[in-house]
Amino acid sequence: MTARLVMENLRHRPLRTGLSVFLIGVPVTLILTLAGLSRGMLEDSARRSRGVGADIIVRPPGTSAFNLSGAPLPEGIVRRLAEEPHVVQATGVLVHFLPPFTSVNGVDWEAINLMSGGFRFLEGGPFQGPYDVIVDQFYARERNVHAGDRVDIMNRDWRVAGVIEPGKLARVMAPLATMQDLTASSRRISQVYLKLESPSHIPKVKAALKALPGLENYPIYSVEELATLVSVSNIPQLNAFINVVVAISVVIGFAVVFLSMYTAVLQRTREIGIMKSLGASRWMVLRIILTEALLLGLAGTILGVLLAYGSRWLVFALAPASLTQAIVPAWWPRAGLIALVAALFGALYPGVRAARQDPVEALAYE
Amino acid sequence: MSEGPLIEIRNLRKIYRAGKVEVHALRGVDLAAARGEFLSVVGPSGSGKSTLFHILGGLTSATSGQVLVAGKDLAAMGDAQRTELRKKTVSFVFQRFNLLPNLTAADNIALARYISGNGSQEPDPQFGKTLELLGIAARMQHKPNELSGGEQQRVAVARALVNHPAILLADEPTGNLDTQNSVAVLELLRDLNRRLGQTILMITHNSEAAAYGDRIVHMRDGQIEPSLPIW
Repeated sequence: MTARLVMENLRHRPLRTGLSVFLIGVPVTLILTLAGLSRGMLEDSARRSRGVGADIIVRPPGTSAFNLSGAPLPEGIVRRLAEEPHVVQATGVLVHFLPPFTSVNGVDWEAINLMSGGFRFLEGGPFQGPYDVIVDQFYARERNVHAGDRVDIMNRDWRVAGVIEPGKLARVMAPLATMQDLTASSRRISQVYLKLESPSHIPKVKAALKALPGLENYPIYSVEELATLVSVSNIPQLNAFINVVVAISVVIGFAVVFLSMYTAVLQRTREIGIMKSLGASRWMVLRIILTEALLLGLAGTILGVLLAYGSRWLVFALAPASLTQAIVPAWWPRAGLIALVAALFGALYPGVRAARQDPVEALAYE
Repeated sequence: MSEGPLIEIRNLRKIYRAGKVEVHALRGVDLAAARGEFLSVVGPSGSGKSTLFHILGGLTSATSGQVLVAGKDLAAMGDAQRTELRKKTVSFVFQRFNLLPNLTAADNIALARYISGNGSQEPDPQFGKTLELLGIAARMQHKPNELSGGEQQRVAVARALVNHPAILLADEPTGNLDTQNSVAVLELLRDLNRRLGQTILMITHNSEAAAYGDRIVHMRDGQIEPSLPIW
């Protein structure tokens, strides 16, 4: 019967109900979009690392799985690492970030093409001159360019030599020598990819590399390791950012439900008086208000999840190269809990106020 | 226990505080009503009739004096016990019907049953007779705004009776009704009293309506007038 009354109350004011659900849904979407973007971009970056076809990645000292910029490694290290037992091929790349979310990789085209098992061109082909770039399909779509077009990257004019299928190394690749020249990193690189005879040699080779004089402080990852390291919980700054968004969402959810239920309680003063005259206890009145708020929270969560699919579609339509948003069902219950807790607390004061309503005054209320 | 009067009120006083002004709504009311009686309480506005009903119905507490309903002292009751009293022992019919606007007539009645704790049981066959008597069986799936005033009041009477209260308190039940509907509701109340033995206390300031009761008491300035006027 409580459920019936609550449903009828919600149906009776469709605008209030709809607006409340929407306003609870928006912060839920915000949380899910943020979590989805974090997860999506990290997964995408891990997927592209795997796509290189390497087994081991050697990075300069002082870098981690997530931060990598500049080119501190001497180019000669590539040849040195290639001579290690079980290493079939080594190639160095220079990573230059393009704020906010993309990077240009300076590559030795022959080597990276060989290691990755060959890039598949959708348009055009390999570099023909020093100021040629190869971009992936998403970048081409975001910048609206095709093979043969000119494109501005790093304040320079480039020719798009080819458009490749996404999923390998980087969205934008340029000749290594050009990138070294442009970033004043002559004969230097950012990291080295190693391909082994077989993945079974990974532990052995990693240990051998660590033992090399001068390489003790170098982070050396297997590609799979890097992929598992890449998770949201391993990035403290991102966690802090998500926590801030969660806190804001709780505040918004609380305020929305507070105002909505406060108005509802005022509007229903007489009805509360009627229920009390029928013998409804304080707890029953409070329970009805809280049930209504929880339903709003639940509906807001469902709407928020649906809107997160919408935001993913929007992100993919507008910025396929810069941003990748994943759908993270693991966050649904979390976002739902946040919405429900906010709704419950928002309804508490209006609910207690309703429960304490003096029945005689409430019945006289116009 | 059933030997004494169902309602016994002795020297009942109620003082409201409106800002710094004290309002003496009841100034020593003495009244008794027997089980099965239909009592009309008549008096001008401000005479304290409604306050008397609110105290009898456990909606508010008295300042001093004694109110015994079915042998239980209302003055000694806390909020929870008065809530219990409203569930089981007394029920109201109001001038403004006071149905929940979002619920159908059937749900309004079901809600009263639910609140009293009888919600899970089937209504007893006796109540079916009551609905027939009220003549609203065909209107049960309508919401209050689809019902006429007379129909709404009959639903309110049904709601008040669904839990078999010892006392039905009717506060100006015909105040918002036209003559025809007023007569219908008043005859209904008299029927309920005669056929089912329902104890009814009815407030009115209409002397024709008051005449439906077995007995009429007059209130003025917070007291029961001692003499019975003759109509």
